[in-house]
Amino acid sequence: MKTTKTTYNRRSFLKASMLAGGGMMLSVSWLSSAKAADKLEALNVPGQWVELNGYIQITPDNVIRLLCPNPEFGQNVMTSLPMMLAEELDADWKNVVVEMGPHDNTKLGPQFTGGSNSVRMYWKPLREAGAAARQMLCEAAAQTWNVPVGEVAAKAGVLSHSSGKSAKYGEMATKAATVAVPKGMKLKSPKDFTIVRNSKKNVEGLKVITGKPLFGLDYRADGMLIAMIQHPPAFGMKLKSFDASQTLKMPGIKDVFSLKLYEDGFVQGGFDTRTFNDLLVVVGKSTWEVMNARKKLLVQWEPTGDSKDTMAGRDGKREVTIPGGLESTSAQLEKMQEMAKKPAQLLRKDGDPETAFKNAAQIIERTYNAPFLAHNTMEPMNFFAHVTDDKAVFVGPLQAPGWVEPTLSKVLNLPADKIEIQMTRMGGGFGRRAYAHYMTEAALISKKVKAPIKLIYTREDDMTYGIYRPMYTATYRAALDANKNLIGFHVKGGGIPEHPVHANRFPAGAVDNYLAEGWEIPSNITIGAFRAPRSNFNAAAEQSFLDEVAEAMGKDPIELRLELLKRAKENPVGKNNEYDPDRYAGVLTLVRDKSNWNKGGNEKYHRGVAAYFCHNSYAAHVVDMVTRDGQPYVERVFSVIDCGIVVNPDSAKNMVQGAVVDGIGNAFYGALTHKNGAPEQSNFHNYRLIRHNEAPKQIDVHFVENDIDPTGLGEPPFPPVFGAVANALYKTTGKRQYNQPFKADPEKRI
Amino acid sequence: MAQCGACTVHLGDTAVRSCQLPVSAVGKEAITTIEGLSAKGDHPVQKAWLEHDVAQCGYCQAGQIMSAASLLKSNPKPTDADIDAAMSGNICRCGTYLRIKEAIKSASTNNG
Ligand code: FES
Repeated sequence: MKTTKTTYNRRSFLKASMLAGGGMMLSVSWLSSAKAADKLEALNVPGQWVELNGYIQITPDNVIRLLCPNPEFGQNVMTSLPMMLAEELDADWKNVVVEMGPHDNTKLGPQFTGGSNSVRMYWKPLREAGAAARQMLCEAAAQTWNVPVGEVAAKAGVLSHSSGKSAKYGEMATKAATVAVPKGMKLKSPKDFTIVRNSKKNVEGLKVITGKPLFGLDYRADGMLIAMIQHPPAFGMKLKSFDASQTLKMPGIKDVFSLKLYEDGFVQGGFDTRTFNDLLVVVGKSTWEVMNARKKLLVQWEPTGDSKDTMAGRDGKREVTIPGGLESTSAQLEKMQEMAKKPAQLLRKDGDPETAFKNAAQIIERTYNAPFLAHNTMEPMNFFAHVTDDKAVFVGPLQAPGWVEPTLSKVLNLPADKIEIQMTRMGGGFGRRAYAHYMTEAALISKKVKAPIKLIYTREDDMTYGIYRPMYTATYRAALDANKNLIGFHVKGGGIPEHPVHANRFPAGAVDNYLAEGWEIPSNITIGAFRAPRSNFNAAAEQSFLDEVAEAMGKDPIELRLELLKRAKENPVGKNNEYDPDRYAGVLTLVRDKSNWNKGGNEKYHRGVAAYFCHNSYAAHVVDMVTRDGQPYVERVFSVIDCGIVVNPDSAKNMVQGAVVDGIGNAFYGALTHKNGAPEQSNFHNYRLIRHNEAPKQIDVHFVENDIDPTGLGEPPFPPVFGAVANALYKTTGKRQYNQPFKADPEKRI
Repeated sequence: MAQCGACTVHLGDTAVRSCQLPVSAVGKEAITTIEGLSAKGDHPVQKAWLEHDVAQCGYCQAGQIMSAASLLKSNPKPTDADIDAAMSGNICRCGTYLRIKEAIKSASTNNG
């Protein structure tokens, strides 16, 4: 990247760092430490950083720079991951600056932000790196002072010895870098934490509120052109021919061409999903010019017909047929109903469910449906690429650089070490940016035009050729005996193109006779991760169903769940139950207490409860609904989460509150429907997102306190929101919700 | 366009969406972007945003702050309903609405 270093002011420091990091982003904690910022201003060249390991750099002036391995999309990993490092390093947080690391899986680990995994995956490695660096600093002090290393203490960035000697970390850093890296460090016990579990402000807070160019869409480079793709108007269509003569006459336009993303037979990994393979590209000087010129394209599209993709699989590659055809939501729903009647794949069976249902005094059977969902990240997809004969440089928003690198390497025919990726702050991810086809598109476009380019999706592009949350359905059946005991449970779930069933989750393990089945309908509509895609459907359906079963049994919904969990703990059915019944029951009892469930003082509200386990964590919500201006409105929510140790409590709370708002919004409005293959929604006028006035007035968040290593948090609070909202809606309107998005009057369907 | 509010700027003291603002409509009024709200990020609204650590991904926040600053200029003590009305044009996909509201209230108090 072209950078010049002139004077030693703050800006030039930023530029110089770009040179060192090979990317555009430097995330310095101006806010959390004025002192650190002053120190940085006094620094001249980044060469003065002493690197203790891949993550930790210290200057002789005692500024500690921690590299965040994982890209940031709002879950605040740029703060929480460095906190874990700083804890074991015993750094003074005031002197810590945080920078987003470049893509470097060798030095920085897997670097995947998603699956509620960042804190969980890095909990041990980052603390070990911090502890090792601390030990190296102690060793350096011991050598300098000629005392046994065991006598050197390290605290808040200062080394000391009983003789009265002391030194800041920075003073010992150069020497420490020569010490052999210790292994097998003993890590702190949670009771000794001073940084972890103590809320720290977002290290990029000041940059965000002053509008600094943090995002991919903000990024600029000299000579950079803008590219946009004209995609087919419908899934199941592809490019036939085009006439670009009018487009090329428009101001600022450099080139119009078509290109193929993957060659025939290209072996796709699980995250190489792409919506369309034949791309029609317009390249020009500015976003505005390209956007206008793109409208002048005359394009002929044709049906794709059935096509084949080659997928990498555990036992070598396999061919998958992608059906042609122009799909419509109504026809999809009919097809799903038909499939639901046919025999399906057995996923789990305990006891003798057939007999249990045959002998049942009462059977409750309900079917739930949910549409595709679009991610609608606030920042649409985009990526900067500069591909030359011997090198490729990328800058932009991305959840999993390690997964796209092999693809880029193959597509560009460049070795991996010639591919440089710098991740920017993402304007939202929610799973969408784990599918980096937009980056591969940018790569091929840059290669073709031999220039640095930024590929930009407009809001409409982003919504209409997405990687959606699949369309799901599930039929649940419960068998009750004459005494209203639950003697059988059956779930049969299906989807386009994948089924949602987690066969080994609750209530599996709690019912003697249990059956789980799944079926799938292939489709040409592209799907992928979406804040726990299967779980957020399941938690809506299953938690609504359990509410209805509790009612039929004459039981309180929390009480029924707790009884089942007791059974799962004391005398579990089957072997592979994924959840811990105690932790599951723990979030339910705590939310019962915190919300004063079934106690006085809540008469104003219609209350719904739900709980769910996913991504190794447990979440329960009580949703308090009122009718406002004739519409159901969630005014208050109580949320309880068990995700083990909470690294940064205030920002964890923020994320749970966000998950609740996101859940309410998606439950009421989320739907991406199709007509003849074409998405029927394209922007926020017809794809509603929840707005200020619809968000609850109060969301109380409580974390179960324990010393369990951290599990996930990005996803787990989200799924049960749907179920709790559905159950509160039933109390409000007297009507059960079987179809998403929910409606006060479910008869009025989309 | 004019759907999400992320591009909100001030025309004079009024919050407008720059994606929908023809240059001809600007006239003699000053345009203020987030960068112009304060030199160091110490406008009362910005300070309140930091105090409440509002941002998640942060993409919408410049627009939220511009709408909030404009609201407080015309209405220094907004009610919940005033805030809802003034802020509902700004979507936050991460769902930080509660903290935005708290921050606006803090900024309102700090304004005296
Ligand atoms: S903070 Fe992410 S969209 Fe508002």
